[in-house]
Amino acid sequence: MMRQRFYELLREALDEDERVVAVTAEIGTAQIGSHPRHVNVGIREQLLIGVAAGLALEGRRPVAHSYAPFLVERPYEQIKLDLGHNDLGAVLVSTGASYDAASEGRTHQAPEDVAALAALPGWTIHVPGHPHELEHLFRAALRTDDRVYIRLSEEQNHARVDGGGFTVLRRGGTAAPLVLAVGPSLAPTLVATASLDVTVAYLATVRPFPHAALREALGDGDAVVLVEPYLAGTSSAEISEALVDRPHRLLALGVPNVEFRRYGTGPDHRSAHGLDAAGIRASLEGFLRRNPQRAGAGA
Amino acid sequence: MATMTTLGYADLPALLIRLTGDEKHDWSSISTLDTIWVLYDRVLREGDRFLLSKGHGPTAYYAVLAAKGLLPLETLDDFGEFDSPLGHHPDRMLAPGVELSSGSLGHGLPIAAGVALTGRRVYCLLGDAELEEGSNWEAVQFAGRERLASLTAIVIDNRSSTHGWPGGIGPRFEAEGWTSGTADGRNHNALEGALTAPRTGRPHVVVTVVTP
Repeated sequence: MMRQRFYELLREALDEDERVVAVTAEIGTAQIGSHPRHVNVGIREQLLIGVAAGLALEGRRPVAHSYAPFLVERPYEQIKLDLGHNDLGAVLVSTGASYDAASEGRTHQAPEDVAALAALPGWTIHVPGHPHELEHLFRAALRTDDRVYIRLSEEQNHARVDGGGFTVLRRGGTAAPLVLAVGPSLAPTLVATASLDVTVAYLATVRPFPHAALREALGDGDAVVLVEPYLAGTSSAEISEALVDRPHRLLALGVPNVEFRRYGTGPDHRSAHGLDAAGIRASLEGFLRRNPQRAGAGA
Repeated sequence: MATMTTLGYADLPALLIRLTGDEKHDWSSISTLDTIWVLYDRVLREGDRFLLSKGHGPTAYYAVLAAKGLLPLETLDDFGEFDSPLGHHPDRMLAPGVELSSGSLGHGLPIAAGVALTGRRVYCLLGDAELEEGSNWEAVQFAGRERLASLTAIVIDNRSSTHGWPGGIGPRFEAEGWTSGTADGRNHNALEGALTAPRTGRPHVVVTVVTP
């Protein structure tokens, strides 16, 4: 599980690197455990980010951690100003993702976190799909002074994807549609695209967005399907920019922008949002039917 | 070529006129002028940090930085213009000598708490109305409990808080574990005394009272 792996990695980093300081606000505090450079600021999320900025001002490498809505949304202006405007770096690591805590209700669901952070300049945003990818991305983040967001989820893929960046996993025909799965969306996307003549690619680092790699993977095709495990359309503008001079069609799947008043489980929500394999398949077939000369069910 | 020089308190009005072009203004009415002057002239030592949380009306700050040779004098003449490093709220990436980009209220003290966690001496200047922002109190509570002794908050109290602070500002900090002092915000010796008072292993707040 990615969350447990993160706590292990952070403890290792605290032991190995004197620059690293863990900053928590009650969430994850016990799992990380006591350490001279682990600071629990209590349930004070504005302070969480402010303290991280102050530590960065002194040359430390703060790792701030909480549940996604409390890490990104509640202290959003602190993220914008204390870190961004002051040009200070930090690694923000969230758990909970879009609907991991579905039964907790809307207060604990944050499908908009990536879009919110992507609206601020200079953020590197990772959405790992597997604990092994997290390990690589987290350690790399600690070696820089950048502003890095790592979004953890209970959803994960069956296998890691090596290479870090944009990776083509399955190649369709030269003009086949490109299906791009982000982070833990890959597992249902692989099932949904089985037997379809499509190119399937994977991406764990969504900002900065790999425009050139997307163009290359699309080849002679003109149709892109984006599967993101958070707010639908979060990366649509990036794809428009990558293909600015090419007529293209885009289907952007993700969590819809509605006030979704349901409890239940993560899989319930994934299914309700059409982000399980069956839902992705149905959306994909509808999209491809509208472009039959270019794609469809393969032999 | 940048002109760096060291000037005195008596030179500040001339620098403020260069900043604003206003020769009629009574400069003593700027609530932060004397406190920031005393900090830079008598209190701050090599390696200390000063974070202006209350980024509004930073002319006194710029004037003191220029007087102390931290900011080129000629930058004062273009205050607020498109190419100027000096705006109506300071930007540490643009203005030499500025240690915090501020302007939105309630951000400085939490950042100062992060600085103080490393043991660095840090002074953070706030306004009495700025204290209305709840983020300040997150920092006040935390710094008091964690005994961040290298942290000094300075609250310029010119009674601009709409709802005021019944019982006083200092006691609210004391309730959270701070020590507190007060000073006449125009009296340089009093300010120096309050800002350099012996510490007792706790964060300290100095409330400087300035008549509006």
